[in-house]
Amino acid sequence: MAEAHPVGFQWVMEAKQRGATVIHVDPRFTRTSAHADVYVPIRAGADIAFVGGIINYVLQHDRYFRDYVLAYTNASAVLSEDFADTEDLDGVFSGLDRELRMYDMETWRYQRSEVRAAAGDRTPLRDRFTPQQLRQVRRAARGEAHGSGGGAVDPVHDADETLQHPRCVFQVLKRHFARYTPELVAEVAGVPEETFLRVCELVTANSGRDRTTTFVYSLGWTQHTVGVQYIRTAAILQSLLGNMGRPGGGILALRGHASIQGSTDIPTLFDLLPGYLPMPHAYGNEDLDTYVAAESLSKGFWADTRNYMVSLLKAWWGDTATAGNDFCYAYLPRLTGSHSTYETVLSQLSGVCTGYFLLGQNPAVGSANARMQRMGMASLDWLVVRDFSMIESATWWRDGPEIETEQMRTEDIKTEVFFLPAAAHTEKNGSFTNTQRMLQWHHAAVEPAGDARSDLWFAYHLGRRIRQKLAASSAETDRDRPVLDLTWDYPVRGPLAEPDAEAVLAEVSGWGADRTPLSSYTELNDDGSTSCGCWIYCGVYAGGVNQAARRTPGGTQDWVAADWGWAWPANRRVLYNRASADPDGRPWSDRKALVWWDQATRRWTGHDVPDFIADRPPDYRPAADARGTEAISGTDAFIMQGDGKAWLFAPAGLVDGPLPVHYEPQESPFSNVLHGQQHNPVREVLTHPLNLYQPSGDEPGSEVFPYVATTYRLTEHHTAGGMSRFLPYLAELQPAFFCEVSPELAAERGLEHAGWATIVTARSAIEARVLVTRRIQPLRMRGRVVHQVGLPWHWGPNGLTTGDAANELVHLALDPNVYIQEDKALACDIRPGRRPRGPALLDLVREYRQRAAITLKTGTDT
Amino acid sequence: MADRAWLRWPVARQLTGPDKLGRGAATRSRRTDSIAPRIRGADRVVKSVCPYCAVGCAQQVYVRDEQVIQIEGDPDSPVSRGRLCPKGSASLQLTTGAAREYRVRYRRPFGTDWEDLDLEAAMDMIADRVIESRRKGWQQEVDGKPVRRTLGFASLGGATLDNEENYLIKKLFTALGAIQIENQARI
Repeated sequence: MAEAHPVGFQWVMEAKQRGATVIHVDPRFTRTSAHADVYVPIRAGADIAFVGGIINYVLQHDRYFRDYVLAYTNASAVLSEDFADTEDLDGVFSGLDRELRMYDMETWRYQRSEVRAAAGDRTPLRDRFTPQQLRQVRRAARGEAHGSGGGAVDPVHDADETLQHPRCVFQVLKRHFARYTPELVAEVAGVPEETFLRVCELVTANSGRDRTTTFVYSLGWTQHTVGVQYIRTAAILQSLLGNMGRPGGGILALRGHASIQGSTDIPTLFDLLPGYLPMPHAYGNEDLDTYVAAESLSKGFWADTRNYMVSLLKAWWGDTATAGNDFCYAYLPRLTGSHSTYETVLSQLSGVCTGYFLLGQNPAVGSANARMQRMGMASLDWLVVRDFSMIESATWWRDGPEIETEQMRTEDIKTEVFFLPAAAHTEKNGSFTNTQRMLQWHHAAVEPAGDARSDLWFAYHLGRRIRQKLAASSAETDRDRPVLDLTWDYPVRGPLAEPDAEAVLAEVSGWGADRTPLSSYTELNDDGSTSCGCWIYCGVYAGGVNQAARRTPGGTQDWVAADWGWAWPANRRVLYNRASADPDGRPWSDRKALVWWDQATRRWTGHDVPDFIADRPPDYRPAADARGTEAISGTDAFIMQGDGKAWLFAPAGLVDGPLPVHYEPQESPFSNVLHGQQHNPVREVLTHPLNLYQPSGDEPGSEVFPYVATTYRLTEHHTAGGMSRFLPYLAELQPAFFCEVSPELAAERGLEHAGWATIVTARSAIEARVLVTRRIQPLRMRGRVVHQVGLPWHWGPNGLTTGDAANELVHLALDPNVYIQEDKALACDIRPGRRPRGPALLDLVREYRQRAAITLKTGTDT
Repeated sequence: MADRAWLRWPVARQLTGPDKLGRGAATRSRRTDSIAPRIRGADRVVKSVCPYCAVGCAQQVYVRDEQVIQIEGDPDSPVSRGRLCPKGSASLQLTTGAAREYRVRYRRPFGTDWEDLDLEAAMDMIADRVIESRRKGWQQEVDGKPVRRTLGFASLGGATLDNEENYLIKKLFTALGAIQIENQARI
C-alpha cells in the first residue's frame, strides 16, 4: 500500500500513531513492510492456506464474535444432506462434472424441510436447459453480477441457533478448515508457526465489540485462478470476527486506476449492464419477464431488479421504450458464454473479430501473454488507439518484438491503424469513482490542443456519424433500430463541440416526470415513469446539483466527511453499516458507534448515512409471505443478500465452490499437500498454441521451471507504463526494468547484482537487470527452499525507459468466476545473461518446452 | 563599508537580529526575494482529481494565458489533505510534456510508416469501419436462440476514463450489438 497507494497509506500511518498494529503479508519486503509491526513473507499463491489458518484458529479457540455471528451471518443455516465437502471428496465439492468442467450447485443449498411454494418461485434453469447450455450461462461470469448480492437463495430454511447441528454452516466451516493448522500453514505458505500464531493473536485480540480489524488487498489477491475465493476467505474471517459494516473494519480493495471502480459500476465489461445488472443471456433471459424472474431475488433490494432495468431501458431508448414493447428489452444483445478480453483475442486470431478500439489501454505489454495480444492485433482489419503517447499497442506493427523474432514483417501486416490523441483530465469535465466508491468531479482547466479530444467527444461524435450513415442507408434493417432509436441528443458546447458531461451525469443519475432529478434509487419504478442510467448512482445529480463536485473542505467536517464528493449508494461511506449496531439497534460499543436506532424519532441515524430502511425498527419481523424490501427484518443487516445475512458459506453465486480451498496455482513447483486435487478443477483454461502451460507439482518436467515468479508495481510507475515511462521525472526515478532475487538464488544461479538475467516460461523469455536483495527472502517449506523472483510489470519497448514486458511470461489460465488471469503466481526458470536476439529467442523457449515435454494438453486437466 | 559586509551573512544576522532560530528574515537573501512561486500570476485555479491510481487525491490546476502552468495537491481534500505521490506530482509533465501526441496518425494496411490524416476524415473512416465490421460479425441467432449481436468489433479500455465516457461507450456499443466490451477491471 505504501508503494502503490502512498497517499492512502498516510491513514495507516495515522492509525499506527494512535496505537494500531500494522501487519504486512507479502512475498516482497516493501516500504509497507518497513512501517509494519509484523512483516510476514509468504509464498505467492498460498494465501487461502494462510487466511484459512486464521479462520481455523478463530474457530478452535472460540475467538469469534458470537452475538454478531448469530445475528448477522448464516452460521445457523442447515445445509442439505446431499452436500459433500472437499474433506469428503479429496479436494472437490459435490456436484462436479469433470467433463464439462462445471459444478452443479444444487447440493450446496440450504435445507428447507418446510415445503411451501413461495409466490413467484421460478423454474430453475437446470430444468429448462441442457448441461451444455447451462455451462454457457455459467461462463458468462454470472458470479460478478449483483455486486455483493450473491446468487439466489431461499430466505426461508432450516436453522439451528445453538450452532450444534452437524450440518449447520458453523459446524461445516469448522470441519472444512480443521486441517488448516499452524503446521499446515508453514508447510503450504512457508510462514513459520510462531509468526503465524502471532498474527492470529493480534487479529483476534483486535476484534470484537470495542475494536475492529481491517484487511486491505489489491491484485496480489485477485490475479489467481482462485482469486475470488481469496476474497471469500477474508470475508469469512471478517464476518466471524464481527468486522463487517463497522468503522475500522471491512475488506478494502485498493484499485489501481483513477476510475476502475467507476468502469465496473458503469461497466465497460462484457457481462454487466450499469449497476451490476447482468447482461441478458440467450438462455433464460428471453424477454423482460424471464430476465427479471431469473435475475432478481425474492428478498432484499435485488427484488426491485425490474425497477432498475426498466429505468435503464428508458434512459437508453426514451420515448421508444414503452410497456407495450417490453421497454425495448429486445434491443439488448445476448451473451452465450464468456466474451471476456481473452476470448476476444482468440476471436481476433480466428478472424471473427476484425475491429478493435483501445481506449487508454495498452494490451501489447499490459495484458497477460503479451505476444498473443499482439498476434491478435495483427489479425485485425482495423485498430483504433486513443492515448496520450505512442504506446506499444500503437506501434507493434513497425517495431514490436515479433518484428525482431521475424514472426511478422511490417509489409505483410494488413491491420489499418488509427492513432487518435486523447485529452487529459485537465482538459475535460467528468467524474472518477475512487476506490472507496466515491465520485469526484474534475473540471476542465483548458481546451485540449490540436486533434486531442475527450473520449466523451469521441464516443458521442462517432455515434452521431454512425447514426447518420445508418439512417441514410437504403439497407436500413431491423438490426439498426436500437442505434437509431437511442437517446443521443446531448448538448454540445465550445469550439470543439464537446458534449456536456453534466448532461450525461444527469441521465446516469436519473429523472422522473418532466425530467425532475431523482434523489434515490428507492424512487425508481417499473412502469416507465422513471429513467436512470445506473441505479446505484441514482441521486448523484439530486436537486439538479452535481453532488460529485461538492468540495466542503475536510478540515471543516467531521471524520466521515460526507460533504466531499458523493459515494454510491445514497452517499453512504460504509456499506452494511446496520451491522455497526447490535440487533437492538445500539452501537456494539461507544468507541465503535457509526449508526444506531433512535427510539424517539423512530429512525436510524448516526455519523454515516444508515445503510438500512430508514424507519424500519430493530424489532420488525416480516410476515411469512413478505417479499422484496418488506421481507428485510429489523436485524437483516446485509440488505442486498437474498437472506439478509453475511455468508460464511456461499450457497449460490460462486461457480467454483461454496467455501475456499487451497489449490496450487496453475503453474507451481509444488504438489497440493492438502488434497489429491492439484488445481481449481473448474478454472478456465484457454487451449491455444500461443498459450502453452507448464507441468506442475509432481509431474515430470515441472523441475524445468523450479522458481515462483510474481509481478507487482512500483511507486514511480503506473500500470503498463503509458502514463509513466514517457515522463522524464518518473523515467529517471525508476530507469530500468529489473528482477528482484535473493542473495541465495543469485548464488544458486550465478546471477550478478546489476548484471543481466533471463527469465523463461513456456510462453517466452525476457531479460532484466538483476537486483540482488534481501527484500525477497527464500522460504523454507516441506524440507525445501523456495526461491521467488519479483517482476515489476510496467515496462515495454517504447518510452524514455525501456525494457521487456513481464506480461510476455504470463499464461491465460483464469479464475472461473470473473475471468482474471494468474499473474501473481507463476513458475519460471532464471539464468544469467541477456536473452537471445531475433529468432534465437524462440529457439530458447522451444528448447525449454522440449525439455519439459510440453504439449497443448499440458496443465489443462481438471 | 566593505569591512562590514560580514554583517550581511545569514549567520551574523541570525546571531545579531531577532530571528535567532534562523527560520525567517535571517535566512533571506536578495535571490530569495527575487524568486516567485511558479503558481504566482495564475489567472485561475481549477479543481481536479489525480488521474493515476484510485485513491482519488484532489488536485489544483493553475492556469495562465490558457495554459496549465502547475498542478499541486489540494489541501481541502479529506482523502489526500494536499499530498500527491511521485506520479501525481508528475501530472504537469503527463498533461503538458513532450511525449504527448497532438495529431492523428494513420497507418494504412501493409504500410511501413505513419501518415497524416485529418481528424474529421479519420472519424468518418472509423464510422465506416465499425459499420462494416459490425455487419461481417453479425449474429441474429445462435443455436436457434435470438442473440442480435455482433462479434465483429471489440473495445478495451475505460478504467482511466470518466464515468460519463464509459457510459456513452457502453450505451453506443451495446446498441450497435457489440458485446466484447472490456476494460482493465478484468486484467
